[in-house]
Amino acid sequence: MKENFFPLSLVPPGKEVIVVAIHGGRGLKARLSDMGLKEGIKLKVLTSYSSGPCIILVGETRLVLGYGMAQKIFVKEE
Amino acid sequence: MPKKLTVALAGNPNSGKTTLFNVLTGMHQHVGNYPGVTVEKKEGELKYKDYDITVVDLPGIYSLTAHSIDEIVARNFVIEEKPDIVIDIIDSSNLERNLYLATQFMELGVPLVLAFNMYDLASKQGLEIDKVKLSELLGAPIVFTVATKKNGINELLDEVINLAEKKTTIRKITPGYGKEAEGEIKKIEALLLKDKDLIQKYPSRWLTVKLLEGDSEVIKKIKESEYSNQILKQVEKSTAHLINILGDTPEAIIADGRYGFISGACSEAVKRNYEERHTISDRIDKVLINRILGLPIFLVVMWLLFKFTFAASAPLCDWLDKGMGWLGDKIGGLLPGGSAIQSLVVDGIIGGVGSVLSFVPIIFLLFLAMAFLEDSGYMARAAFIMDKLMHKIGLNGRSFIPMLLGFGCNLPAIMATRTIEDRKDRLVTILVNPFMSCGARLPVYTLFIGAFFSEKIAGNVLFSLYFLGIVVAIIMAKIFRKFLLKGPAAPFVMELPPYRVPTIKGLLIHMWERGVLYLKKAGTIIFVGCTLVWFLSNFPWNPQYSKDYDALIEQAKDNKEMVTQLENEKAAEKLEKSYAGKLGKAIAPVFKPLGFDDWKISVGLVGGFVAKEIVVGTLGTLHSIGKADEKSESLRQALQNQTRPDGNKMFNPLVAYALLVFVLLYIPCVATIAVIKRETNSWRWPIFAAFYTTLVAWLMAFIVYQGGRLLGLG
Repeated sequence: MKENFFPLSLVPPGKEVIVVAIHGGRGLKARLSDMGLKEGIKLKVLTSYSSGPCIILVGETRLVLGYGMAQKIFVKEE
Repeated sequence: MPKKLTVALAGNPNSGKTTLFNVLTGMHQHVGNYPGVTVEKKEGELKYKDYDITVVDLPGIYSLTAHSIDEIVARNFVIEEKPDIVIDIIDSSNLERNLYLATQFMELGVPLVLAFNMYDLASKQGLEIDKVKLSELLGAPIVFTVATKKNGINELLDEVINLAEKKTTIRKITPGYGKEAEGEIKKIEALLLKDKDLIQKYPSRWLTVKLLEGDSEVIKKIKESEYSNQILKQVEKSTAHLINILGDTPEAIIADGRYGFISGACSEAVKRNYEERHTISDRIDKVLINRILGLPIFLVVMWLLFKFTFAASAPLCDWLDKGMGWLGDKIGGLLPGGSAIQSLVVDGIIGGVGSVLSFVPIIFLLFLAMAFLEDSGYMARAAFIMDKLMHKIGLNGRSFIPMLLGFGCNLPAIMATRTIEDRKDRLVTILVNPFMSCGARLPVYTLFIGAFFSEKIAGNVLFSLYFLGIVVAIIMAKIFRKFLLKGPAAPFVMELPPYRVPTIKGLLIHMWERGVLYLKKAGTIIFVGCTLVWFLSNFPWNPQYSKDYDALIEQAKDNKEMVTQLENEKAAEKLEKSYAGKLGKAIAPVFKPLGFDDWKISVGLVGGFVAKEIVVGTLGTLHSIGKADEKSESLRQALQNQTRPDGNKMFNPLVAYALLVFVLLYIPCVATIAVIKRETNSWRWPIFAAFYTTLVAWLMAFIVYQGGRLLGLG
């Protein structure tokens, strides 16, 4: 069901989704995973500015994702 | 004889590590740098029982990979300096993520104590931890602490000493990575064990795991081994095998293994009596980073920050100024009047120290205000709010605050770039920062705008200069991003800390650290720069004067006005004939295409290298007005009436504006240069900054002047 994947930037605040893929180099993926954000994990969007940066809740961690980052993270609905 | 112990503090950013460090060591701290990098190294001392304990505060990190300089520094310290104990500070309300770092210390095999910090908050929110069981499962002693309330500190130190004295009996554990991966780890480890030297220094399992993670630093180390070929081939084979069998990269398998190990331990020993937390922070954020209100609130906060800094520092600066003047008079009185030695002490040394000190109130107060924003958690929100805008010029949200601080003073602004992780982002932010028009340039603007523009448009002219600085900064940032410091904008990810009430002690310590750093490093260079300019503008000490001033003054001694007039003329001629005067005359032709090829202005611009406001004072001396400030009407008149050799007026509004554009953009003051040197750890960038800004200034002034003439404005 590939068509159900969409970038995190399209997720409205308050919604919970599951990370399917992270588009980025080895370094970026490792950094995100160190901070608790990795494929298969559930996250909730807390705040987002249109097409720009957003704040997400992963586990107990609140992360700021800068402009462009949210487009690199693909998610699906629960 | 007290026993010695070295303890390293490690932990995620926002785990309360700095607070714990402050509680442990109080004011007994010193800040340095790790060799070769600009990462701060904080150390402190304390006495506990019969131990002298040295505490090293490692940088805040999430992991021990080679992806960031902070992580490399932290892990090299632990591996090479071998601290007796590592305390890993864990945010109790965010256990899983914080324990991730702890698992890597376990793999490194270091003696580890876990401080479960902010335990009060976590337990209030419904967290129950079975300490004994969890510490058995994790293989490390656990202590509950609340650093802000100084709870659990003695227990923590007791555990440290018990572990150091090997009184603690605990089975060391490392996470497992599943049958497939473990099989491959064994194969690689077997090869590593052949290299006895290597194994002496690093635990073999840790090396193996790092190799599978593709750690660039460890691979570099292995390449020095005589078995490197065999080892790296096996790593490649194992990596391919794991991807083939498990369909996942080794890094992902290892990360999963660690998180699995942690959640396994937590599911047995931790109970959570809540579903999801709606914290106070989330509620505050609903307002403060609101889509509509966020930006206006941020701007008000920044306005308050400047208001506070300048309002509070103005009287302090005044006192300092008066104090230095008094000191100069007192000491000057003890030395022979009119001698070179008197001038050296009063104008050179005391004046030089004075210019270092004159920055102190502003710098310290600005750092205090910044520490408040940082410690309260608002700074991270500000970065979020400004991210989109900054992204457009190839930077990210973290670059905004330093840019804004530049309007006050470029020194603290450049020092504030330390919060920017990415090296290129940081360099670009540093390099364009001097274009933010600092407070010292205002007097020059005031003088010339007052002389050549009507009161009605004065405000607009002033605003246009500030605005031009911003535009030039944006253009240069884009150019640097495109050509000099190429590459896509670094992905910006940052943890959002909860709001906290800052402690007074924490604020003062942060302010003190940064302020002292400025005094120590930049102070020396500023002092040398000031003394140099003093020398240039005072020597040769006794030039050939065109008139015998001393005799004339003696003659006119009853006519006070006449005496002042003559003294001012003498000072003007002395400066004209000094090295600075000669330098000014030599470089004046460079400004011909810009309209202000006047040697007096050139001398002023040379002096402006010490501090931009000096331009005003130098012009005062050269126009025989004595001590003039930016509101001096006589200096304004002198400038208005100044003529060229051909009888035409030297200045008109267009020339004056071109000059102000040049003053806005040209070489940063010596203090800024000193700070760039300090913050980039090399002379390359400050020298580059000095040259390119001056080039940009020349070009912009050229465009303004020649463009203006084409439009018939001149």
